[in-house]
Amino acid sequence: MNANEKITVLNPVGFAPKIARKAFAPRLDTLNGKTVYLVDCRFDDSDLFLKQMQAWFAEHMPSVRTVFKPISSVYLVDDPSTWEEIRAKGDAAILGVGH
Amino acid sequence: MTVEAKYGVPTVAMHTDKFDRVVRSVATVNGMPGLRQAFVPQPIMGKTAAQLRAYINGTDPITGRPVMQEVIEGLTQPFNESDLGPVEFDRSTPRLVEPDTAENLERLFLENRWTDMLPIVLPTEERVHAMLAGSRRKPDEIVGRMRSTHFREYWEYTVEKVAVNAVMAGARPAYFPVVLALAASCVTARGSSSSAVAGMSFVNGPIRDEIGMNAGTGALGPYNHANATIGRAYGLLSQNLQGGSIPGLSYMGNQGNNYNYNSLTFAENEERSPWEPFHVQHGFQPMDSAVSVFSSCRATAFTLGLREKHWREHCANMLRGMDPHTPPVLLLDPIAARQFIDRGGFTKKDALIDWLYSTAKMPAGEYWDYQLIQNYIYPRATFGEEPWASKLKAAPDELIPMFRREDIHVVVVGGETNGYWRIMGANYQKTVSIDEWR
Repeated sequence: MNANEKITVLNPVGFAPKIARKAFAPRLDTLNGKTVYLVDCRFDDSDLFLKQMQAWFAEHMPSVRTVFKPISSVYLVDDPSTWEEIRAKGDAAILGVGH
Repeated sequence: MTVEAKYGVPTVAMHTDKFDRVVRSVATVNGMPGLRQAFVPQPIMGKTAAQLRAYINGTDPITGRPVMQEVIEGLTQPFNESDLGPVEFDRSTPRLVEPDTAENLERLFLENRWTDMLPIVLPTEERVHAMLAGSRRKPDEIVGRMRSTHFREYWEYTVEKVAVNAVMAGARPAYFPVVLALAASCVTARGSSSSAVAGMSFVNGPIRDEIGMNAGTGALGPYNHANATIGRAYGLLSQNLQGGSIPGLSYMGNQGNNYNYNSLTFAENEERSPWEPFHVQHGFQPMDSAVSVFSSCRATAFTLGLREKHWREHCANMLRGMDPHTPPVLLLDPIAARQFIDRGGFTKKDALIDWLYSTAKMPAGEYWDYQLIQNYIYPRATFGEEPWASKLKAAPDELIPMFRREDIHVVVVGGETNGYWRIMGANYQKTVSIDEWR
């Protein structure tokens, strides 16, 4: 093969799925008087982190009600009962700490 | 993303800064590029309450803005159109690469991270055509779907795409059914876990001899062309067919893993094994050819033989040295396999596995305190999943099994130059027929 000869090769990359945009929930006007769930994904001491965040809210935004909520099982498993609870009883959620 | 999109609850996701690129990428491929995310320094693990509070009081290392301002605005600031991204986007993969010189193409493959950083064989049409002749399957037939981690999207691939990667790895057409079977497992050998995992695979049945695989001296590498290139092909096809394996973006293994160079691919030494072959244990006939696939391969322990007086204790020490989150897979030289029969009377492999299961124990308090057990097993135990829910009832000093019996495996490989044997920590995934891909 001549070093300057152009050759054709095949692309080794697989086929990506088509991506469709998903809707976001409407944002809140304010957090005052609202219930914010602090959702612990139970990975690498995330519970300790979210409890500190809960303490931050109590100190700086006492009008916000926070609920510390560990997911039911491991983060790899969907948790509809927890999500339903948050939808029914909460106004917003902070999930952490992901990686 | 589920809470936001499916349940209609405004959310902010907290992450550590090392995962900036990867979590934004995951949000995008899930159709939510504007997902509200805030970052704190890595790590969270092992930090004191005061240190964690300092993270919260501090600034987001990605944006430089106060962390709690990011969080509160994430829940209260409306989205604008640019946050939302396109309504739909398609990422087509062209069949061919723009023609160029071999030197430039080799550079392009390297720059695009389509290689394992070692030289590759360029997949010309002629070479790919020759590879395809190694199977009766049609080039456009779908083989499977693969992804690098739980939250990423599955990518799809055809027989021809697998052939392209097999050529790049230097595999011969005769090996192609094995490579196709590995691809058909849909188990990635390039998982993106921060624990730096590798795949492990081994072949049983007549195809081992047909293509000259090595189950004896040097089987685990790098002394056999089929073992080396089939395993390399498994790695290359995994990274390319799943849509990439790029550090910081789609690969987060903290130290990397040298096993990834050929995914620990070998053949079982059925002829010198005192037990039935692995694939027969998993429902295949002795004359079937099959490949077995393991994931999460990281830890290794080894020793020489089994001493008469303390072999039980030595084995227990090795098992206790494994992280209890990943079960043991014993790779036994035939000499060591026969010693297990001589010393322990394990004429059946099942009897040896029973013994390993009952030997691998540790105090419950120590077990539950392992970080990976906390991350992956403890939540399942509290959810009521067995056998972990029952283990959770044990007193801290009570000895409990480190592993589930069904997760422990034994394979015979080696050339009897000595009775060395090792334990790999790895998760069995499946055994796939090779004959179906001939």
